[in-house]
Amino acid sequence: MIRQPDPKPDVLARRDTIVAGLRALLPEDAVIAEARLLKPYETDGLSAYRQVPLAVALPDTTEQVAAILAFCHRNGVRVIPRGAGTSLSGGALPLEDAVVLGMMRMNRILDINYADRCATVQAGVTNIGITNAVAADGFFYAPDPSSQLACMIGGNVGMNSGGAHCLKYGVTANNLLGLTIVTIDGEVLDIGGDHLDAAGYDWLGLLTGAEGQLAVVTEVTVRILRAPEGARAMLAAFKSNEIAGACVDAIISSGIIPVALEFMDRPAIHACEAFAHAGYPLDAEAMLIIEVEGCQAEQDHLLREIAAICDRFDPISLKVSQSEEESLAIWKGRKGAFGAVGRISPDYLCMDGTIPTSRLPEVLRRIQEMSDSYGLKVANIFHAGDGNLHPLIMFDANDPASFHKAEQFGADILTLCVEVGGCLTGEHGVGVEKRDLMQVQFAPHELEQQRRIKSAFDPDWLLNPSKVFPLQAETATQAGLKRAA
Amino acid sequence: MIHPAATEAEEAIAGTIRAAAAAKEPLLIEGHGTKSGMLRPVQAARTLSTEGLSGITLYAPKELVLQARAGTPLRDIETALAEGGQHLIAEPPDLSGLLGNDKPQTLGGVVASNLSGSRRIAWGAMRDHVLGIRAVTGRAEVIRSGGRVLKNVTGLDLCKLLTGSHGTLGVITEITLKVLPAPPATGTLALPGLDAEAGVRALSAALGSPFSVTGAAWVPPGRVGRVPGLDGLPGGVALVRIEEIPTSVEYRLGRLWEQLAVAGTRLLDTDPSRAVWKAVRDAAPLAPGQDDAVWRVSVRPSAGPSVLAAVAPAGVTGFLDWGGGLVWLTGPADAATHAAVEAAASAQRGTWMLLRAPDTLRGAVRVVPDEPPALARITRAVKASLDPAGILNPGRIYAGL
Repeated sequence: MIRQPDPKPDVLARRDTIVAGLRALLPEDAVIAEARLLKPYETDGLSAYRQVPLAVALPDTTEQVAAILAFCHRNGVRVIPRGAGTSLSGGALPLEDAVVLGMMRMNRILDINYADRCATVQAGVTNIGITNAVAADGFFYAPDPSSQLACMIGGNVGMNSGGAHCLKYGVTANNLLGLTIVTIDGEVLDIGGDHLDAAGYDWLGLLTGAEGQLAVVTEVTVRILRAPEGARAMLAAFKSNEIAGACVDAIISSGIIPVALEFMDRPAIHACEAFAHAGYPLDAEAMLIIEVEGCQAEQDHLLREIAAICDRFDPISLKVSQSEEESLAIWKGRKGAFGAVGRISPDYLCMDGTIPTSRLPEVLRRIQEMSDSYGLKVANIFHAGDGNLHPLIMFDANDPASFHKAEQFGADILTLCVEVGGCLTGEHGVGVEKRDLMQVQFAPHELEQQRRIKSAFDPDWLLNPSKVFPLQAETATQAGLKRAA
Repeated sequence: MIHPAATEAEEAIAGTIRAAAAAKEPLLIEGHGTKSGMLRPVQAARTLSTEGLSGITLYAPKELVLQARAGTPLRDIETALAEGGQHLIAEPPDLSGLLGNDKPQTLGGVVASNLSGSRRIAWGAMRDHVLGIRAVTGRAEVIRSGGRVLKNVTGLDLCKLLTGSHGTLGVITEITLKVLPAPPATGTLALPGLDAEAGVRALSAALGSPFSVTGAAWVPPGRVGRVPGLDGLPGGVALVRIEEIPTSVEYRLGRLWEQLAVAGTRLLDTDPSRAVWKAVRDAAPLAPGQDDAVWRVSVRPSAGPSVLAAVAPAGVTGFLDWGGGLVWLTGPADAATHAAVEAAASAQRGTWMLLRAPDTLRGAVRVVPDEPPALARITRAVKASLDPAGILNPGRIYAGL
């Protein structure tokens, strides 16, 4: 079990008073304090870690969020903001003495403005819910994380979520116009709005990806885009990771920016094919899924050019989809990758490092060596266009030694990512999972500067504590602040 | 562990900052000083320039990444990218014409002021493509944020905070940018005879089409002549740009023509189109009088015409970019006129910046909107965390900060 900060004894002792205080602020059914009902909130997408919280509050307005935060601030109670609980890095893992602030009731779409191509939604609207609300008019919301059916826009802001189409459309930060946030002392602030590029400091940019460390997001204004006339995928399979990597370089160098460029290694191909029967070539060492957009003629033109490039790399197979159905079939295996790996292994850890794309073959080779030495299987899925690598490490959670090895293996991979010039996390966030690895990427004084900025928003470190920053350092900063005070 | 040591130049900057912090002596932070006329004037005894920090330190076209020292002239970067068939995505403007300074602007200056051109609406702002930053803070510490990879959510994003901070939070020393292949072709539809309302309706239809429009501007009658290639077009002119491979430019402009064309519509192919958008990017249609002030207002695109209408009685005029959302304005440089611009932007819940004015005016008025008190408290705390002695470009954005 990961080390957690000691619960505050005085908060635990005042549990009943705190619950009563929350009940006084919220409707009857919006505060959960019964052990049986708290159980579903004990974990998130990183299910190896569990902790039942002190209580759960389920606001359905920004004003209620403000009241809850002001109350917790006054009473020194830690707060864990939570959307759908899909975080793969433990971003919503509770603490024993913390109130979970569940945003799922704030699920209303407040405004859709086609003339200005933006929509304002509450933080608990799902990612796909935004696209669904505008799809009939031909629009969509661009970032599309794998969990988009469940994950909520508030969590997407917290983790600056990406998806498979970032190369063209960017990540969450690039698709936001405004936020309504509540600070820990209960102040409601509008950041940005329905226009581009507010003057003053870029709070919108700083708050995005801040993992709930600075404030609670209650409303989000996103850019919505008109969907292209169509999209089509192709599949290219190669004899080695090196050859597939060189092909990715050649495609980018040609000046074509595909809307998606996904890479799967041999174990990933096999797992996905067994699960989805998508027709993936089982004799290949590596496979690319490449998608382009435009009208039929534009798609034909781009796919023809890309196929010609792939041809120079002696592909084992090359399949250009001729229809939307064939494109869906090509994507089917990739989109089912997590389920597919879940079928061949009882448990897996989904890692999320980022590397310069040129280092891919070397990184995959070294991951394979680690896999052999740890005796744990790994399948690699890679957003090749943007360097985001997702190794899926397979282990058995019933065997503590296996889980421990998987965590070590994951840490080794992320350390390798930093070593080759990449970073610890591309889109899942640091959470609890990677907080102690932050020292691999940042020097102590750099972490200290980030912590000072956290302190500027949340001086008492009540918002989502024990995430992002190494634990020791977190307590040191607080002690330092107390001394300074 | 990758903790590259500070370079010699960074050490020198850190030394200057350390001494200034100890003496509580403000420093004017600049590159070539081309933007010193923007925002509020800084009162400082000494200038700390990044001029000597020049050169591209990494260019990996296949990884869509370029890294350069902050004092590198932007045109050197544009040249290097052009040789690699790539470009700066945000198309940052060259405001030397407006700001009356013909020295070459530096990469650091463009990033520190987060200036983006017409492509902003389609492909993001300058800040969207800053992947990594090195900076010396007011604590004389060299810090890094981000990296050289396109996706990165490791820790708080200080790249965003430093970008657009106008040298008030740290001295940026090196920047890593995402770059993209430059589209081989471009073309523009020029739709004449449209007033601001009709013009923005046309732009909105174009931006709401499936054709990935990358430029959408409206130029009023009387200013059209300042844009090359538009001579002779009557009335206000709406401009719609496509940048793609040649076959796509032709197809998409053809489809937009079917939907939007009015009598006298002109189709500009690659070269004239590039000239048009360079002029729009650099605000050439504005051509302010010698003593006039210049404002940049940002509102939701459909509100652009209302802003123009609201400021007209104060003798303020301008043109629209970003589909109507970026309102470039010029008019008399006095407090009453400034208040009229501020009121017009605020009425549309927009934001604004006094981009150019005599020192007496820009030292006396708000140059960007005030923040609500709770946010202003955070601003002060964040500033203090990075620059506890308050010596980096004090007063540049907000008086007393």
